[in-house]
Amino acid sequence: MTVLDWSHPLVPGAVTRDDRVAPRASWSAVVPAGQVLTIVDVGGNQSADCLIFDAADPAERYSVPDTITWQGNAYVRTGTVLRSNLGAPLMTVVGNELDRQDTIGGACSKASNTLRYGHHTAFHHACRENFLSEGAKHGLGARDLVSNLNWFMNVPVEADGSLGIVDGMSAPGKRVALRAERDVLVVVSNCPQMNNPCNAFDCTPLRMIVTVPAGPADDTVGTVGDPVGDTAGTDATTEYPTA
Amino acid sequence: MPTTAEQHQPDHQTEHQTDTVSAARQDARAQGGRTADAMPYVPASSSPYIPGGVPAEALTWAQTVAPGGYTHRVVARGTRIRLDDPTGDACAHLFLLRAGAPYERLNVADTVKVPWQAYLGAGHPLLSGDGRVLATVALDSSGRHDAFCGTSSELWNAAKYGDGRPEGPSPSGQSLFTVAAAHQGLTQRDLGPSISFFQGVRIGADGATDWTGSAGAGTAVELIAELPLIVLIANVPHPLDPREQYVVGPLRVHAWRSTPTGPGDPAFAASPERTRAYLNTIDDWESRA
Repeated sequence: MTVLDWSHPLVPGAVTRDDRVAPRASWSAVVPAGQVLTIVDVGGNQSADCLIFDAADPAERYSVPDTITWQGNAYVRTGTVLRSNLGAPLMTVVGNELDRQDTIGGACSKASNTLRYGHHTAFHHACRENFLSEGAKHGLGARDLVSNLNWFMNVPVEADGSLGIVDGMSAPGKRVALRAERDVLVVVSNCPQMNNPCNAFDCTPLRMIVTVPAGPADDTVGTVGDPVGDTAGTDATTEYPTA
Repeated sequence: MPTTAEQHQPDHQTEHQTDTVSAARQDARAQGGRTADAMPYVPASSSPYIPGGVPAEALTWAQTVAPGGYTHRVVARGTRIRLDDPTGDACAHLFLLRAGAPYERLNVADTVKVPWQAYLGAGHPLLSGDGRVLATVALDSSGRHDAFCGTSSELWNAAKYGDGRPEGPSPSGQSLFTVAAAHQGLTQRDLGPSISFFQGVRIGADGATDWTGSAGAGTAVELIAELPLIVLIANVPHPLDPREQYVVGPLRVHAWRSTPTGPGDPAFAASPERTRAYLNTIDDWESRA
């Protein structure tokens, strides 16, 4: 039987939102600047596919390559600044209970399932479906879907470039905390994929908690990895100032 | 020689007499027939750099893209597009959309995930988010490419070079893509993560991005358009290029009519995932024909 740990906010403070996301479902909310979103992996190794938009101008949105380039690292850890397609900060990872989080594996779709597993999977529910239906509530469509974050998913890149989704490193109750650097719209798909280990072949709930942090804005908690700033990566060749 | 973005210098060498319409017309027409280091060659068969083995009359697009420049073009399914890096300092940032249905476009995550391979090379399919192949890397003599870092933003180039505006001395790839997309009736919403050719990046065990740079002068990449495409190219320094100066060389582009990948081609049968991607592509194409 699946163990569920609903946990509690990673960053303490007044709770302004506390939602439970059913397995396979989607979720979205505007997180105001300065507030912190804690995402709880309630059942363990449940991928939370995530897109972030500027709440006022959603044409500015999360960008995988800008996030990777500014920190000089392909993995997301405590301190990673989640940047937009204009290179500007949208959110910062201020708490994280995994060694590393994924942003290169992308979202599953009915279409890509046909490539990865065969055409018999074309009617399985998928994250792109969740993004489209949840995005439609905010006037967003296919043009607004870009490569995303996958909280609690594990995608190593091996020395020869081999890359793929492997068994997760998370567990029930593990969390990540994201501080909004401006008013942002966060759209999450509680991944319904049952053909690979991204959900440990058992789709489980997520808990989404928004808090107004009680402490100083630059505090980090429950951290694994390096301190806050574009220093989550360790690439010595990237020496440009942060914006 | 190619180092910084092309600048338009005042023409002090030429005497211009433009005091009447007739004189101005004569002055303008006298400029025809000149050449520049970076320019389109029209007709394409007039290119001074026609790739070996390609009949001149088969060419449909020939151009040298300036350092810090960009280009955009619509090409038919089956077009073979060759990118040449004559100096070893080009960096061809590429974004692809399906012509006529641009909400289908390059999906970098699927492009590395579906083939189980992060490093681009010969045979690699460039996938859309709709389970189809937009283009296939048909030839690669460089091996130094990148699907992680995308292109430079204005903020990045402003921090690195002091300026990232499209009209400035060190244009960002993002600003050039925005203009290129606008020429095709598209906006920022239509642009997703891009890939780049000729300047390599490898990922370390801890995830660090390692810039491996160029394989040297004279390498080339060829792509086969598997669907009708809007091709956007920005030729700007790779964002992780460690050189302090804005260093980028000219990029040559030639395209000609060829055949899309089909059963019997090695790329089609390279893996079960790729076979299904080409089958999806052909299935969709034939239903519209």
